[in-house]
Amino acid sequence: MSLDLATTRRIAKLARIGLEEHALEATRQKLNGILGWIDQLAEVDVTGVPPMVGTETETLRQREDKVTDGNCRDALMACAPETSGPFYTVPKVVE
Amino acid sequence: MLTGLTLTQARAGLTTRKFSARELAQAHLDAIGRLNTALNAYITVLPEADVLASADAADARYAAGTQGIMDGLPIGVKDLFCTKGVRTTAASKMLADFVPPYESTVTANLLNAGAVFLGKTNLDEFAMGSANINSAFGPTTNPWKRKGDEATALVPGGSSGGSSAAVAAGMALAATGTDTGGSIRQPAAYCGIVGLKPTYGRCSRWGTIAFASSLDQAGPMTRSVADAGLMLEAMAGFDAKDSTSSNRAVPEFHKAVGKSVKGLRVGIPAEYRAPGLPADVVAMWEQGIAWLKAAGCEVVDVSLPHTRYGLTTYYIIAPAECSSNLARYDGIRFGMRKDAPTLDGVYEATRAAGFGQEVRNRILMGTYVLSAGYYDAYYLKAQKVRTLIKRDFETAFETVDVLLTPTAPSAAFAQGENMDDPVQMYLNDIFTVPASMAGVPALSVPVGLNDAGLPLGLQVIGKHFDEETVLSVGGALEAAAGFTHVPSVHAGAGA
Repeated sequence: MSLDLATTRRIAKLARIGLEEHALEATRQKLNGILGWIDQLAEVDVTGVPPMVGTETETLRQREDKVTDGNCRDALMACAPETSGPFYTVPKVVE
Repeated sequence: MLTGLTLTQARAGLTTRKFSARELAQAHLDAIGRLNTALNAYITVLPEADVLASADAADARYAAGTQGIMDGLPIGVKDLFCTKGVRTTAASKMLADFVPPYESTVTANLLNAGAVFLGKTNLDEFAMGSANINSAFGPTTNPWKRKGDEATALVPGGSSGGSSAAVAAGMALAATGTDTGGSIRQPAAYCGIVGLKPTYGRCSRWGTIAFASSLDQAGPMTRSVADAGLMLEAMAGFDAKDSTSSNRAVPEFHKAVGKSVKGLRVGIPAEYRAPGLPADVVAMWEQGIAWLKAAGCEVVDVSLPHTRYGLTTYYIIAPAECSSNLARYDGIRFGMRKDAPTLDGVYEATRAAGFGQEVRNRILMGTYVLSAGYYDAYYLKAQKVRTLIKRDFETAFETVDVLLTPTAPSAAFAQGENMDDPVQMYLNDIFTVPASMAGVPALSVPVGLNDAGLPLGLQVIGKHFDEETVLSVGGALEAAAGFTHVPSVHAGAGA
């Protein structure tokens, strides 16, 4: 499958990576080269083969329903870009 | 020379009080001070007072007889492990000022064992790369030089290139690495040190900045196979905070080294005899086979038919997981932010400015293979091929105990080589990626120098959770090879 510029623009939008027009074409060419190489997977017959999810060495377990953490507000606030009193403040993310 | 010791030797010296942890730490801080400008192996060096305070605490524990297994041993920490109160960058502009308020499980385990952290080592941004050239803090230079061509700077491999260069040059006794497709083993081979990628699940991933969660695994990078076993003992163990962490008991791995390998069956996978494999790599592999035969192993030809699809499968699955993991870097709650008039504009400007080109490309590739219309053709298909790759290993391990292969298809290359075509760069991981896909443990051991005087490594791959046999066979190779070479740039040189 070859990658066109419109699709490249669409995936950049989906990934929320702002690329200018000239960068888009360079990116398209790079990704297209990799995809051309990846297309060799087409020759592998996977009929009846289940997909491997993770490495399947462990099964998920349930933990006890109890509080194991907390009372660490100062640590949590340490990375806040801005604060307002005891609150972590961020730009408006609901438009 | 305190900077030339193995962990095992240093531990013995500390136990008998031949030298103190403070002296050991100071020798390494001095080496870093002399060499880091040239090699750029560390992104962050810890303040001298902090390092010496940790060393003094270790000396006190030795005096009291309460020392842990890594006590007083100065090591480097790949700058992908979150360290409480110490800047953790993932070699990205996105996290250039990120100071984690918590400690990763692996580094907490090492601290509990008494290790002394010297600093945070350089890497490819978010661990994506094979040459340590994708670092926002500049490339790390390999301390090894080509014979007669000392001016050409070589890559240390990647992504754990700062760790491998630091250990090789005497700027740490050992270092932590992480391996997603070869990022411990390939740089270990390029720098002439030992690197162990444990079984997926041995070391907790909690607090290690995620690249591809179904593949990422932490491991030790050391100067000897026994050291790798010792350090893994400290790093490994069950962690309730990582749902993929294994609750199997952690054996005394270092005791596996030196055990007889007589009668073990060693598989030689036919598919790793790739066309165009350089003669020096082939010769070293043949030498390794001969050494193991002489040690009493039975050498068996095996086939892993889907080997050639390992890399292509990896370059679907790893980018897919990376596009998901790196979605969190949006400029809102932490890390870099670039302002823009709209919310989408903030995301787009932040992610364009904060991520380097290789990371951007992998996120885009991952977004593409997961997007509507392409998911089945790429991602689902790759997951199915991954099943076949894993089955190849399981089938081989029905008849053999370990596999022996070269670690990488060449010795270290020059900075600037393999840059134009990403596929060419990806091929450096051709021998390391399949074990990552299957989740099995794999070890790189330095076994000799090529004609240019550069180290070459051999890889021992084992069964799930059978690091002990891997270490035994690695120990046999190490004993036969007697690799004692050090690079031209080294803390001990000219001293």
